[in-house]
Amino acid sequence: MAAKPKLYYFDGRGRMEPIRWLLAAAGVEFEEEFLETSKDLEKLRNDGSLMFQQVPMVEIDGMKLVQCRAILNYIAAKYNLYGKDTKERALIDMYIEGVADLNEMYLFWSISPPNEQAAKMTQMKDKIANCYLPAFEKVLKSHGQDYVVGNRLSRADIHLVELLYTVDELDPSLLANFPLLKALKARISNLPNVKKFLQPGSPRKPPMDEKCLAKVKEIFQLK
Amino acid sequence: MAAKPMLHYFNGRGRMEPIRWLLAAAGVEFEETFIDTPEDFEKLKNDGSLMFQQVPMVEIDGMKLVQSRAILNYIAAKHNLYGKDTKERALIDMYIEGVADLNEMILLLPVSPPAEKDAKITLIKDRTTNRYLPAFEKVLKSHGQDYLVGNRLSRADIHLVELLYLVEELDPSLLTNFPLLKALKARISNLPTVKKFLQPGGARKPPVDEKSVEKSRKIFKF
Repeated sequence: MAAKPKLYYFDGRGRMEPIRWLLAAAGVEFEEEFLETSKDLEKLRNDGSLMFQQVPMVEIDGMKLVQCRAILNYIAAKYNLYGKDTKERALIDMYIEGVADLNEMYLFWSISPPNEQAAKMTQMKDKIANCYLPAFEKVLKSHGQDYVVGNRLSRADIHLVELLYTVDELDPSLLANFPLLKALKARISNLPNVKKFLQPGSPRKPPMDEKCLAKVKEIFQLK
Repeated sequence: MAAKPMLHYFNGRGRMEPIRWLLAAAGVEFEETFIDTPEDFEKLKNDGSLMFQQVPMVEIDGMKLVQSRAILNYIAAKHNLYGKDTKERALIDMYIEGVADLNEMILLLPVSPPAEKDAKITLIKDRTTNRYLPAFEKVLKSHGQDYLVGNRLSRADIHLVELLYLVEELDPSLLTNFPLLKALKARISNLPTVKKFLQPGGARKPPVDEKSVEKSRKIFKF
């Protein structure tokens, strides 16, 4: 029996969270090794485990993969969550890269100095309400199906719903005018694997807090 | 006969250049519609052609694709430049995402605040010689083959060689201690389709200059 994938990251969402969501949605059990200090990161680097000296890193199927997209693409293809052909994949990629752009804004907001956060938040909310959510609502409206692409579950649904949870945490009112997205969020949340992941005690990580931020700054030697 | 892909972007490298390189390497002729004014950009947005109100956008096989990676992934898969199975693809993805990270630093250099530029150049050079180039040299050394993955041409070779040209433009001495990368650069540059792309008059765009940065600022309002 193959070893479970092993995730190397700090104990928080960051860039590993979409990977946790996707593995969970695919019904794949995984293990995690948490970096607690900069020494832990040094050790991983000195071991030669990190191709570009960075995490996330996931040990899976005999590989030590770094780079989120490499990891996510591999998992998605392995578990048939990447569409049935190159055209479906193109749509999935287009949608999930939009999700990734917004995620990136959120990531940087969460580690910005407090005096910069308000302006960044305003900018983010504007993009959410006027660019991203309308684009995805329009996709669902265009075909009226239960899933974003190809009338079946794909990584596009998982990554988008993860984003909708983040948006909901930031400001629930942002989702008010997007009934199809709200319905997608409810449907996907009810899938057995996702439901399990959303319950307390699962590998899902909570939002960044001050304590976690301090740890992250030490581990990665950020100012 | 299928229409040629149509690229929508400004007349410069930016985020479209890897797409030009990949299409060219695959031997695919393409057309370009250049966004020259803010009005051109507004028109594209109002047409509903841009899913997230952004370019690059490529019209290809009946789709209006945005997001560089979506476009590149489609082209690579279509033209058999994405490895033979998911494991080769994982390696290709890992390598090209490293390329993309360094590329991003170089891409954003012309638009960084002048006070920060020197520090950014120092960081780019440090990352190039201490993180990225050693990693890729090590891959080539590990298997001794002519291509990065799977002993045949893939997008990994194309994207990496494009990056090596950028590194060389920044500072040729950065490539000094990487003989296998220099050899890869020479070999890939000699492939007929790539050779053609690199010649004057090819679709390859020149390095960014102040004038084109100012023009981009006006069009994209940043």
